[in-house]
Amino acid sequence: MTLTVSDLRVEFDGFVAIDGVSLTLEPGRLHFLIGPNGAGKTTLVDALTGLAHGSGEARYRTRDLLTLASHKITRLGVGRTFQTATVFEELSVLQNLDIAAGVHRARWRLMLPRRGMSEQVAEVLETVGLTELAERPAGVLSHGQKQWLEIGMLLVQDSSVMLLDEPVAGMSAEEREATGELLRRISPERTVVVIEHDMDFVRRFADVVTVLHAGKVIAEGTAAEIREDAEVQRVYLGDTVAAVTETTGEDA
Amino acid sequence: MRLPTLKHAYPYVGWLLLAVALLVLAPAVLSDFRLGLLAKYCCYAIAAVGIGLAWGRGGMLVLGQGLYFGIGAYAMAMHLKLADAGPGGVPDFMALYGDATVPGWWEPLRNGGLALVVILVLPALVAGLLGLAVFKRRIKGAYFAILSQALAAAFAILLVGQVKTTGGANGLNNFQGFFGFALFDPANKRMLYFIAAGILLVSILAMAWLYRTRFGELLVAVRDGEERVRFLGTDPANVKLAAYVIAAVLASIGGALFVPIAGIVSPDDVGVVASIGLLAGVALGGRASLLGPAVGALLIGYAETSLSEAFPGSWSYFQGALFVLVILLLPGGLAQLLGLVRRANVHRGNSVGDHLLRGVPRGEQGETEVTRSASEEAAAR
Repeated sequence: MTLTVSDLRVEFDGFVAIDGVSLTLEPGRLHFLIGPNGAGKTTLVDALTGLAHGSGEARYRTRDLLTLASHKITRLGVGRTFQTATVFEELSVLQNLDIAAGVHRARWRLMLPRRGMSEQVAEVLETVGLTELAERPAGVLSHGQKQWLEIGMLLVQDSSVMLLDEPVAGMSAEEREATGELLRRISPERTVVVIEHDMDFVRRFADVVTVLHAGKVIAEGTAAEIREDAEVQRVYLGDTVAAVTETTGEDA
Repeated sequence: MRLPTLKHAYPYVGWLLLAVALLVLAPAVLSDFRLGLLAKYCCYAIAAVGIGLAWGRGGMLVLGQGLYFGIGAYAMAMHLKLADAGPGGVPDFMALYGDATVPGWWEPLRNGGLALVVILVLPALVAGLLGLAVFKRRIKGAYFAILSQALAAAFAILLVGQVKTTGGANGLNNFQGFFGFALFDPANKRMLYFIAAGILLVSILAMAWLYRTRFGELLVAVRDGEERVRFLGTDPANVKLAAYVIAAVLASIGGALFVPIAGIVSPDDVGVVASIGLLAGVALGGRASLLGPAVGALLIGYAETSLSEAFPGSWSYFQGALFVLVILLLPGGLAQLLGLVRRANVHRGNSVGDHLLRGVPRGEQGETEVTRSASEEAAAR
């Protein structure tokens, strides 16, 4: 299902974080969102998931996401992860996934205990490679494993749009590789949008890249096309060296 | 499968021990007077079980449960006064302070069945409306705590002001009967004890069930990452609301039973100090554990009585010191102590049931909301 963003504006106390962004996010391809710190990447995702108030339109199915509360957006099938993985540390990996799967359960079933593991959850555990750790508290997972768990939570929710905020930041090279493969595996049936700083990672896995700068889209195309774009080179690739050395940096 | 049976059995073994202590041991060894006191502690403990749910599991620092304790207590007291009233049907104190007419809003409570309905439904309504207004607006942490405490304070002040209809600062007392049973009869007092202890045990069992349900897991998830839950398609306000309402109803039941057992209810039993007293037991026992809140409340009640007997007038210092010590040294309460001992004995890895036994969330990283609200809680105390 295509998510169409048109003329999105987000303002914080007079500061324009997103300045008239229009984007088409289509299923079946890995769409990367890049841009220097403060370009508005996370704010864009926040606006699409009800965390930041924006004007304009974000049309998905028949609804405008900008008018909906966060939990309704999730129920509509638009899920997200966070830069700092926020799993429920006290609960086991399995419980985390089970709660995420609650979107598709009748309300009254909340009054029953969880028994065993649904096939869907088992499948997702396999997909994100956490089967062995299903019973462990999520708090003991490594940084990378937490990100996988978050992606797994989106998978059990069966989100058809996944907005991933820097899923590979702080991961080891092998973990990045595994995450890239994972994203590739899940992207054919879904709209997967990834915010990323690491240009190597983007080059390897991106089908489409959108470059944001100062709240505006300045370029869109394949990774190769983006590389050739003069404007992009000026504002972004010019300081790749800096960007790569501080891939874990904060994004506004 | 791992050993879920053994893990899940721990809380039930504890429950069984408590049941034997309350239903067999205590009536056998305690004098009628001491048993009456224990009955009173059981009433506090019932409210504490609810606080364990709302605070321990739901992360809502309910500083004003006296409000709901008071709603149940006053509803029961008003019914008892009406039932006791002589020929004119006017409670004694009304003739004393007022013009000997019963206000209209007292009348429904003349009916015993209706009084019970009020005890169960009114706190649910009040908590439901209040919770809806508060949680939907995302008011939490210290703001919620202060708000709930202010309500308990306002309720107590309101009662003090209404001498003619609520007995004012003296409260309501001198009850003769309880649904047809004479309250001066020791046999009936024992019966009241068994009712209170029984309801306490049943409410703990209900919590054991609730903690195992998906709702219980979701509530913990809301406590540890409220914002995150939104992105799982659930409005955390609804989850918190449910827990808050259940806690309110339990407090009301405790209050209602308190009245015939203590023989009096006054604004002092429902105000700020009483509310914090309820909380102290929960903190001592271990707010997130199953048995902690109830056991803590019973212990606090016992300590209050015995320390007050030994050192008259000094209880509030002990209580304050206890609170500080528990928060500083044992944030998970006595349940944490037990958990430490158990973990030293059993060298098994962490597993699903562990958080049920653990007193309190570990220090969370990355979830600023949680750490902040924890420090807010500490500040609010």
